[in-house]
Amino acid sequence: MKESFRYKVFKVINVIILLAIVYVTLFPFLNIVAQSFSSEQHITAGNVSLIPKGFNVETYKVIMSDSMFWLNYKNTVVYTVVGTAISLVLSTMMAYPLAKKRLKGRNFWLMFVVFTMFFNGGIIPNYVLVNSLGFGNTIWAIVIPTAISVFNLLIMKTFFENIPDELEEAAIMDGSNTYGILWKIVLPLSKPILATMLLFYAVTHWNSWFPAFLYFSEKELFPVSIYLRNLIKGAEGSLSSGATSADNLTQIAANIKSVTMVLTVLPIVCVYPYIQKYFVSGVMLGSVKG
Amino acid sequence: MEQQLVNSAKTQVTRPSTKWQRAKKVIKKDWQLYSLLVLPIIYFLIFKYGPMFGNIIAFRRFVPGGSIIGEEWVGLYYFKMLLQDPSFFLVLKNTLMLAVLLLVVTFPAPIIFALLLNEVKNRGFKRFVQTVSYLPHFFSMVVVAGIVLELVAVNGPINNIVEFFTGNRYPFIQMPEWFRTIFLSSELWQTTGWGAILYLAALTGINDELYEAAKIDGANRWKQTLHITIPGILPTIVVLFILNIGNFLQVGFEKVLLLYNPLTYETADVISTYVYRIGIQSASFSYGTAIGLFESIIGLILVFGANFMSRKITDNSLW
Repeated sequence: MKESFRYKVFKVINVIILLAIVYVTLFPFLNIVAQSFSSEQHITAGNVSLIPKGFNVETYKVIMSDSMFWLNYKNTVVYTVVGTAISLVLSTMMAYPLAKKRLKGRNFWLMFVVFTMFFNGGIIPNYVLVNSLGFGNTIWAIVIPTAISVFNLLIMKTFFENIPDELEEAAIMDGSNTYGILWKIVLPLSKPILATMLLFYAVTHWNSWFPAFLYFSEKELFPVSIYLRNLIKGAEGSLSSGATSADNLTQIAANIKSVTMVLTVLPIVCVYPYIQKYFVSGVMLGSVKG
Repeated sequence: MEQQLVNSAKTQVTRPSTKWQRAKKVIKKDWQLYSLLVLPIIYFLIFKYGPMFGNIIAFRRFVPGGSIIGEEWVGLYYFKMLLQDPSFFLVLKNTLMLAVLLLVVTFPAPIIFALLLNEVKNRGFKRFVQTVSYLPHFFSMVVVAGIVLELVAVNGPINNIVEFFTGNRYPFIQMPEWFRTIFLSSELWQTTGWGAILYLAALTGINDELYEAAKIDGANRWKQTLHITIPGILPTIVVLFILNIGNFLQVGFEKVLLLYNPLTYETADVISTYVYRIGIQSASFSYGTAIGLFESIIGLILVFGANFMSRKITDNSLW
């Protein structure tokens, strides 16, 4: 009984610790949201924590009327859609054959793929390659070089391996070829993993900023993450660096960053509650069997 | 006569079945399967193996706008340059410091978090904590950097607390001595919850009968954790450790790039950001590549070393 009392004490402390973690995790984000609705005086005075002070939506209006913001936002959407489609198709094309034990040279190709997880060419050879392919200032610079994530590929492969061979054999009897099997049998059975991969790749593309930062010099091509990055970096040093296209923004610089941040993560926060369980089950699918 | 024909036909079929012939047969039968692989393999060759080959410019003089593999051989010229570069040793030191701190702080955190979460029996509460803890993982690095900068701003919430206790406000992001703390805290914030997923998966895989048996033997919850739970997730820990070691020197390149500034270079500048500044901003492609190659090779050695050690010591390894 003494034991169980100690365990009960532990459980209470445990709940307190976990609630503290929840608070610490949410606070920074909620603080940004509160700031985005607050007036500049209250932010510079430093008295905004979780509740907006001096409620105003002026900055939202200003940002939303900035055509560059909308253009960059639209770019992000386009890059995400195109990039995700390419990633998904290429990953499926590779994961499916690699899941087949009968594939000659399967181990070689697996090593060929996995090795790139441990050794990469490095930033400069990549930069030289992408530019010499003429991808600079085009969407291809950001959707092609990172198209396949090896980690995602391995998760997919594991999932395909677990589809019973009998189903495919039955389809062969009915005269289907490999493409037919993949399209009509395997993919419909793989909806959970396809959804997971779709979401993984989409979030990665949505959040991506560095390739655009590296390869794009034209403002019109920037994704919204670069718009935000320039705001952050610009406002941090001198406000005169002209990071934003709208000059009248400087007077409300205090919460302009928070507004842009909120708008940038908004789509993710909106879909997050619905997609969260797919992410988790997706990772587990791939990991439990190793 | 007929028998003879059959026989010769038989030998004709069996004789040429060398390895290559058999492979050809398999490929012919399954050519559609192989055809799927063509495009992804080309992708890997160009975009993953291409840049590896591109490292050759570390040994050749590269002129922007010139040949993609450089103009002429210069041997180890750029590596000698590296050994004489005091900045390189500074960034190497910073990288190692940050990498070790990251490993010590952010590697165990998800394990502890998963173990704590595992003791929660209320499913609703457990799911709530999990859901919240994953959230920062889905934020763009730019947003994370933005949030960090707002938090540590002179008029930000952290300075509110600091002022309450000390009466002063500090520009933390411009203070070299605070960079590592800021960086580590934000890594912890961003990665702990998501990192726990794999451990939680491993935890659900542990056989319940083991716990029953331990209870009968009189083991309390702590003893059960020590002798059943932790050994149960050890293979996962080892695999993730080896994977982590591989990226040991690449300490959060994007985040450092977004968070540092010339005032904090002395503690914040790491190899990868130095490579970026030297190689791309100052257009010293060959020298930057030499530094990058140095980093990648150390990383590769670390992975193979960690894998070897863990196979020797724990019998668990990646390959």
